[in-house]
Amino acid sequence: MLSSVSKNAKVLALFAVIATAIVGLVNEATKGRIIAQEQAQLLKVLHSIIPPKLHNNDIYNDCKIITDPLLGNKEQTAYLAKYNNKPIAAAITATAPDGYNGNINLIVAINTNGRISGVRILKHQETPGLGDKIEERKSTWITRFSGKILPEENDNQWAVRKDGGMFDQFTGATITPRAVVKAVKKVALYFKSHQQSLFEQGKSCRPESDKLTQEMVENEND
Amino acid sequence: MTEQGISEYKELAWQGLWKNNPGLVQLLGLCPLLAVTSTVTNALGLGLATLLVLVASNTTVSLIRLWVPKEIRIPIFVLIIAAFVTCVQLLMNAFTYGLYQSLGIFLPLIVTNCVIIGRAEAYASKNPIKKASFDGLMMGLGFTLVLLILGAIREILGQGTLFDGADLLLGDWAASLRIEVFHFDSKFLLAILPPGAFFAMGFLIAAKNAIDTKITVRKPKEENKTIERVRVNFDAQ
Repeated sequence: MLSSVSKNAKVLALFAVIATAIVGLVNEATKGRIIAQEQAQLLKVLHSIIPPKLHNNDIYNDCKIITDPLLGNKEQTAYLAKYNNKPIAAAITATAPDGYNGNINLIVAINTNGRISGVRILKHQETPGLGDKIEERKSTWITRFSGKILPEENDNQWAVRKDGGMFDQFTGATITPRAVVKAVKKVALYFKSHQQSLFEQGKSCRPESDKLTQEMVENEND
Repeated sequence: MTEQGISEYKELAWQGLWKNNPGLVQLLGLCPLLAVTSTVTNALGLGLATLLVLVASNTTVSLIRLWVPKEIRIPIFVLIIAAFVTCVQLLMNAFTYGLYQSLGIFLPLIVTNCVIIGRAEAYASKNPIKKASFDGLMMGLGFTLVLLILGAIREILGQGTLFDGADLLLGDWAASLRIEVFHFDSKFLLAILPPGAFFAMGFLIAAKNAIDTKITVRKPKEENKTIERVRVNFDAQ
């Protein structure tokens, strides 16, 4: 009886070791590519809201971790675009807590000349067919923020039409666009009050070891 | 190959694709089946991933069946399946990143798909490698086919397209695969949402049963009524 227990334990342990080894090997083999894919994805988003011609710094690594109630009380990242070290724009991630179905993660790029450069949705769980028109893939709605002048605190125009503002809501979905408009407005207010400190030299949001992969991303994009 | 061998493979294919189809008859793995089939692309992606895991796990389970003590076979099967799913997940993350994101949580959920542990326990652990992997292939194909049909129905009804977002799975060239069957301004929401999946699934099962009934009615003499699992309602005819 006891011997069969110990035999079974050994067999099970052996299989555990083999299975772990295989997973470890595959992980090792795909790790670089997965990081590169994630970076390429992020760069694609960044380039779609801040034209790559306008800056010549390494925007992926020139970033800061920021926290502020205006951005949704979580750790957010600001990617800084500079031309010959002169601030051009910042892309700030934010969380809209009041979507129809939970949080909406978005990224807002703002030019230092006081205009929105572009907005994109990073992650959401809104209703397919209704609220998901905030995705760029589904509708052009999200591009209507581009070029808008940054709002004041009490700006009534920064709301959906139903609330007397200038942004369309969707048929059958008001809560989603309302949450997005509100979140973009808050990011804009944050940018206005923190613009100076945002572009000051600071710690990068990435550890040194991560930067090595940047080369791979550039190869990937060629 | 002997005559008998060939007919055995035929039987395996028939079982996996139709008679004992994991989606339509065994009703296994309903969670991903219903959740992911809002488009053909998603369905194909999850179907292929499941197929791959099923063949790999069936082959491995059959390969080690003589060395595994029967008291601990289940934990070992689970270990093997989990390892394969993790590998598939990592590979999809690396090579089809867009699809990996849209399949989300349902990829790791393949581990809990009862089709896989079911086939490992019911077939692969008792049969030689060739037959076990063939069984995995056929069961996987059967599952993938149901996913694809459901995906196609829901995508056409829901957004009037086919193969929307195929480039996420197959690379940029596949963007041209997208077919706009017809265009409407407001989508048929029910088809995209989970209840639509249940409806479509119900109709598929009904259609399969209707076809089965027709077949049995057409050739009633051959059968000696040794049917155990097929539900046939003669009154309905």
